[in-house]
Amino acid sequence: MTKQPRFNKILLKLGRDASNNAMMKPEKKKPLGILFWVCVGWIILNVLLAVFASFLPLIDPLYQNYDAVNSGPGLHHLLGTDDLGRDILSRIIFGSRVSIFVSFGAMSIAFLVGVPTSMLASLRRGRFDKILTTVMYSFLAFPAIIATISVLSFWVPRNLAKVIIVVGIFSIPLVYRVIRTASLAVAGREYVTAAKVQGATDRRILIREILPNITPILVSFLLIGIAQVVALEGALAFLGLSINPPTPSWGNMINEARTVLDVNPWLVIFPSIALVLFILSLNFIGDRLRNHFDVAEVKI
Amino acid sequence: MGRYLLQRLVTLIAILFVVSIGSFYLIHLLPGDPAFLILGFNYNPVTKAVLDAQLGLNQPIYLQYFTWIGHVFHGNLGTSFISHQPVLKTILRAIPIDLEMIVISQIIAFGAAIPLAMRSARRPDSTLDRLLSAGSFILLSVPGFIVIVLLVLIVSVKLGVPNTGPSTYVPFMENPFQNLSSLLLPSITLAVGSFVLYFRVLRSDLTGVLQEEFITMARSKGISQRRIMWRHAFRPASVSLLGSAGVNIGGLLASGFIVQFLLAIPGIGFILVGAINTSDYLLVQGVVLFVSGSVVLVNFLFDFIIFFVDPRISRD
Repeated sequence: MTKQPRFNKILLKLGRDASNNAMMKPEKKKPLGILFWVCVGWIILNVLLAVFASFLPLIDPLYQNYDAVNSGPGLHHLLGTDDLGRDILSRIIFGSRVSIFVSFGAMSIAFLVGVPTSMLASLRRGRFDKILTTVMYSFLAFPAIIATISVLSFWVPRNLAKVIIVVGIFSIPLVYRVIRTASLAVAGREYVTAAKVQGATDRRILIREILPNITPILVSFLLIGIAQVVALEGALAFLGLSINPPTPSWGNMINEARTVLDVNPWLVIFPSIALVLFILSLNFIGDRLRNHFDVAEVKI
Repeated sequence: MGRYLLQRLVTLIAILFVVSIGSFYLIHLLPGDPAFLILGFNYNPVTKAVLDAQLGLNQPIYLQYFTWIGHVFHGNLGTSFISHQPVLKTILRAIPIDLEMIVISQIIAFGAAIPLAMRSARRPDSTLDRLLSAGSFILLSVPGFIVIVLLVLIVSVKLGVPNTGPSTYVPFMENPFQNLSSLLLPSITLAVGSFVLYFRVLRSDLTGVLQEEFITMARSKGISQRRIMWRHAFRPASVSLLGSAGVNIGGLLASGFIVQFLLAIPGIGFILVGAINTSDYLLVQGVVLFVSGSVVLVNFLFDFIIFFVDPRISRD
């Protein structure tokens, strides 16, 4: 007797699943939603602020106002000042330049190398693919942060270009894996075979057939990759391996703030919020785009 | 089966070889004469001769590698010219702290992720599931160094919980209670990142497995939900969980750098950052080799575990 209701429930659930499946048939694209556009707006705002920071009526991020040291948020300094009397708002805006510059630069390197090689590997297959994939997967076996920290600690004197190159190169295997998986699925389709039969060159197939079909995943992974590099650069700056102070960056602002936590908590809270919102927006946009184009989740 | 493990072993050795070449070559990234930079203030003809012998710096570069790797196999990673201590000894003294942090953090992460993922997967799109998914998505975007700074700010500065702030670390043997409380915040930080990863991976796999026919079959036999979850669904769903745990635990050695640096916990990360700042290149090289080697070994270990959980893997 006791098992009766449960069994009914299962039957009900089975029925519901079946009807759900039937209803799902003419699948519609999920709408992007308002939050998506808020995030897009936030990223655009951040980029614009970073680009035009010098033209904005901001206090010089390096100017030390000793009359207002460690002041909390107020009218004169909207987000307050740090332990040297520098304006936090202006340092956050100028600091975003480093994060944006490094992440866009590193991802450009990673994509310029990773995308063509992975697409070619997925099209040609054979030994070329096998060797390249083994090498890339071996590099993936250990965390990018160890590799970047070790190279950056030896490659002195450090500057931003070196950070970009090192982070970019160590991101190549990640890009390679994601894009190869995506374009492998496309390379097996009939239209690619048709193009091959017609005698199209590899270059033509890659650009005209495969590239358009992997663009959604390319874009969404680009955004997620940028978010990851922003976090990585933050961690490097936190350890003092990225740009040298006094030039502000989100990571080194948080690093400087940790010594005056008890006096001025705002100093760590504002850059953290800026960093997290930036990463969160990028992740969200990437995730939504992937859902929207109904791309199966590729493990990152 | 043997074939699969052998194949993995060959890959492991190949990767370790590449890692060792990489760590060795780091020295040559230094501009100019490496001996001059490595020795720093200790530079004189005598120390230079010692260093040259240690690293084989006066030989052609491929011979230098063999000299160096020969020493490494004998457990000799060189002697630091800054602290005059053997590099391996310094590393071995620090590593138990990292292990302790990793073990505590993994207990927290698995302890939270497995039950929560099961609850979420049982009723996809329920309020709890949506909340957890959104929460884990947000946490995914918070880097570890922000988590630790905020935790220190809230717990040890604002709430004033004793022995949780920077420089409160004492060895376990000296004062077990203070030791645990000083490692609590760093362990939670490492646990947050792991939890998010494990929860998301396990939830999505469990949801998939629960749709399978053998689960419906088990349900129709009247087996309890709990038993279905643990005995029937968990094992097939745990393969990617173990895979990501393997990669993640290796990565924790590296994320540990940041929390240790902030709280002055003398683990391997704190040593590394200190060595970078004092230009103690031999120590940096030793740490890099040690950590990368451990990461590769941990990955291999987890491949091994996965193989026993799901022997079908070897057929791919």
